[in-house]
Amino acid sequence: MAREEEMGQELIKNFDFLDEKIRVPRERRIFIDVSVDKFEEILEFLKNKIYFNMLCTITGLDDGNTLGIIYHLANKEGIVINIKIRVPKDKPKIKTVIEYFPSAEFYERELVDLFGIEVEGLPEGTRYPLPDDWPDGQYPLRKDWKPDVLKKESE
Amino acid sequence: MGKIEIPIGPQHPALKEPENFRVILEGEKIVGINLRLGYNHRGIEKACEERTYMQDIYLIERVCGICSHSHSTCFIQAVEEIARVEVPRRAIYIRTLVGELERIHSHLLWLGVAAHEIGFDTLFMYSWRDREKVMDILADISGNRVNYGINTYGGVKRDITKEQLQKILKTIDMLEERTKYYIQVTREELSIIKRLSNVGKLSKAEAIEFNAVGPVARASGVDIDTRRDDPYAAYDEVSFKVITDNHADVYGRTLVRIGELMESYSIIRQVIENMPEGPISVKVPRKIPEGEALSRYEAPRGEDVHYVKSNGSDKPERVKLRAPTLANIKVMLKMIENYNLADLPIIVAAIDPCFSCTDRMILIENQDTRSSEVMDWKSLRQYSINWYKKRGIKF
Repeated sequence: MAREEEMGQELIKNFDFLDEKIRVPRERRIFIDVSVDKFEEILEFLKNKIYFNMLCTITGLDDGNTLGIIYHLANKEGIVINIKIRVPKDKPKIKTVIEYFPSAEFYERELVDLFGIEVEGLPEGTRYPLPDDWPDGQYPLRKDWKPDVLKKESE
Repeated sequence: MGKIEIPIGPQHPALKEPENFRVILEGEKIVGINLRLGYNHRGIEKACEERTYMQDIYLIERVCGICSHSHSTCFIQAVEEIARVEVPRRAIYIRTLVGELERIHSHLLWLGVAAHEIGFDTLFMYSWRDREKVMDILADISGNRVNYGINTYGGVKRDITKEQLQKILKTIDMLEERTKYYIQVTREELSIIKRLSNVGKLSKAEAIEFNAVGPVARASGVDIDTRRDDPYAAYDEVSFKVITDNHADVYGRTLVRIGELMESYSIIRQVIENMPEGPISVKVPRKIPEGEALSRYEAPRGEDVHYVKSNGSDKPERVKLRAPTLANIKVMLKMIENYNLADLPIIVAAIDPCFSCTDRMILIENQDTRSSEVMDWKSLRQYSINWYKKRGIKF
């Protein structure tokens, strides 16, 4: 796992606050926790300096009081860096990454529909993946959401 | 000339799956396109969180009917990584074998669909006839034509006998001959070359910028393949070429897929030749320890990505699936612009879309129709004969 450790060291060299925040659970997998305000800097570095130019997907997570968002970035060598940020559940707001990765649009729309995360800068467009008549304020992938809500709505 | 907006779908005779295009035309030329997806959203990710890991295998295998093995393998790999399970070699080889058989059936299916979209129905019938041979193998080794149910945590559920392996080798020989013929047809048949060349162009730079995956990326000269770059199953023990092409259009995508068929035959031969003896599974506890893992799998349509987070119970905390079609949507919209409306079906078909996979994720259960009845082949046939007889059609 020399290559992954090397990359971790390089990240720490550029961003000293990442010390202790990087995990390498197995070869070709790196997990990083960062705060929202440092996220864009690191994303820019990963994409333009060390060429992690494939966005595999964006995962939303309900961690209780916070919502987690993981950006899975891959490079040509098959290494994937998973960067996780956290936002408060009562006011979840992030900035779009489509200027770095145009392919992020649909992944971000999923965060909007399924987790109720506001994505600043996301262009107007049709929603995805929920139907147009979906009730407001219902975010199915949040842990407190149960499918019974829909039965009541349709009765 | 004025602009006209044409709605196509979600229900439309030319579409195989529900999706909605709002195409803005200037004459015949497409100058803008809006896509609405989500009609197949079934809430699978939420459903996974409410079911046990064992139930989830069955659920995830049904994300898609074509690449069912891809999704189940991708998911199981993530869970096995968290549980630190050492899967027996023989099981890994069987997974690889089924994975490549699935790729062959998917690519032959695609070739047929593409041929049909350009009005070349002879090729469509040829390739679908050959595809039946692979379907027969899959039915023989798994009992099912689709949703093979081979995978389980810690290995596979069914072993493959020597006779079955011999049968597979014989079928592969025959399919290889057929594929050589398809290569000749696609290289020499003018109607194919003229219809597919310079349609749906996607430059290498665009493919990289928009993160295209699978044969779409490779046909634009982007040399990526998860099987080689981030090897899983037995792919680090077999040799194969990653097929790329520089045509960067629908024609290139055809050549890449047919070229990949030849590589799949070679991989299958290597897998069968080197198939280790031994157990096919190890026991995995019902409860999976706390952890997270990201798993990637090169499905026939491109890369599948699954993220699994566990919480120490027998149900996952979070399951995230990304099917290749969602990754290729942005490039598909890019490819359609400035072409004629008549090119739309083949350009869309050329990414080999699977909107069912993509939408994946509301459960409606009809309490009245939950009864079930099993019919064997004979009684099913008799039922259909009676059905037609009742309507005055003679047999």
